[in-house]
Amino acid sequence: MVSPIIEIDGLSYTYPGAKKQSLSNVTLSIDKGDFVTLTGTSGCGKTTLCRCLNGLIPHFYGGEIKGDVVVSNLNVRDHAISELAQQVGFVFQNPENQLFALSVEREIVFGLENLALPPDEIRERLEWALKTIGIEALRERSPYEISGGQQQRVAIASVLAMKPEILILDEPTSSLDPQAAKNLFQVISKLNKTLGLTIILVEHRLDLLSTLTDRVIIMDGGSLRIEGNPREVFSSMSAKLMGIGIPKIVRLYQELESPPEKLLFSIEDFVGYLKRI
Amino acid sequence: MIKVENVSFTYPSGVNALKSVSIEISDGEFVAIMGENGAGKTTLVKQFNGLLKPGEGDVYVDGRNTRDLSVAELSKDVGLVFQNADHQLFCETVEDEIAFGLRNFGFSNRVNKKRVKWALTLLDLQEYRKISPFMLSGGERKRVALASVLAWKPRVIILDEPTVGQDQSQKERLLQFVRQLNTQGNTVILVTHDIEFVAECDPRVVLMSHGRIVADGPAKKILTNPKLIKKTSLILPQITQLFFKLADLGFPKDVISICEAKKLINDFVARRS
Repeated sequence: MVSPIIEIDGLSYTYPGAKKQSLSNVTLSIDKGDFVTLTGTSGCGKTTLCRCLNGLIPHFYGGEIKGDVVVSNLNVRDHAISELAQQVGFVFQNPENQLFALSVEREIVFGLENLALPPDEIRERLEWALKTIGIEALRERSPYEISGGQQQRVAIASVLAMKPEILILDEPTSSLDPQAAKNLFQVISKLNKTLGLTIILVEHRLDLLSTLTDRVIIMDGGSLRIEGNPREVFSSMSAKLMGIGIPKIVRLYQELESPPEKLLFSIEDFVGYLKRI
Repeated sequence: MIKVENVSFTYPSGVNALKSVSIEISDGEFVAIMGENGAGKTTLVKQFNGLLKPGEGDVYVDGRNTRDLSVAELSKDVGLVFQNADHQLFCETVEDEIAFGLRNFGFSNRVNKKRVKWALTLLDLQEYRKISPFMLSGGERKRVALASVLAWKPRVIILDEPTVGQDQSQKERLLQFVRQLNTQGNTVILVTHDIEFVAECDPRVVLMSHGRIVADGPAKKILTNPKLIKKTSLILPQITQLFFKLADLGFPKDVISICEAKKLINDFVARRS
């Protein structure tokens, strides 16, 4: 029996000074080991929801919060960001906003030193994180002279070294070229499959993700609107109406004059269908 | 409109970002500059508005050598919207942000007001006019940055990675909007690796890799060339990937847009049934 690692109950949130709620009455439970893709139009509350999961809301941003967020059995309201950071790793949209050290190694050990871990443990975790993410060759480099894709990997490694149970990535591929994005998604998928890490990925780029993720959640106006497996979600007409970037293959299927009844979800589906008729 | 002759450029850090690049962009053209991260795309377009001056070679904007002009003078004609809006935004409200450039170019208050209103409406930002740009989401901030440049109506508009952080409906709006600017006679230059976006707007595509231009031609020709696409860390458009696999059913291979694909498949299904 898989137990939920994240439980959100009746969560509403308003930023300080804002008139409108950014989240309204969100209830959601995420199981350990899930790979969840969170998407929705810009300003729909995706990032705000993520900030609630590592305690940045309410501890850093302030504002008015209602309802409960429980992460790894910790109610975020009662625990400091530093404490939650050991459960929840957060990778930002723009790696430059996250990286600051003079070398990749320094970057990765910084968080560990702050946990006051013994030197042996730090060394071990450093090596493990470098190896797991496949960036051993970058260890001496400055985070500022490597590519955006590499920077994003360093950011993930530095978070991974803290051994969190949950990894949240907020549009991590937005500044990457398509090949680098595809590679990064594969790294993330591997962390999910081999380490059983729970992944919450905020993304617009669903073309590349539809076959990797277990569960897609679409937000709109601060609420959860549609959720399910990628096939269900992308084939629902409301996803299209809400301005979600459903994969082009699915859009092509939806726009056909006389589409077959069964959804054509992938290139292979299309080829198979056209060869059969 | 823009003429680049054998331009090389090396950053103080020693990175050789452009290696003898030559390109001409005519008035009213619609061009997408594509390529892997670090290919030199942004460095190239920064030469167009004089933010960077060539190390070797020359850049001419409307016949004037950029070495002889300031960024302010060039910006009036060549508006650059940055990739990271945060590098561009600094005012306290969205409205001030948009008015800032206009004031600097010395437009009258009356014109200023009109232009600000026009830009706010165009990018659907009216409700945020009194809010700090930093309270907005990443996608919204990007629209503010775009509005602030469009407000002074430069003839050449360069958009550096405009689709980053934008959702599908905004991308569709952006697409319409870019087309509209172009049909109104503006030169539009996109710097992007969003191949799916480019596939739908069918511009001239300039592919860059490691500081050089490696291909230049119509989107339909460049985006369906697997060798070039791989070399520049792009991925073939999904529709093209599909049509590569449909070749033995007699479909053409050079299909990039949904619209074209839909027509071909509808015809095929109709013939078969």
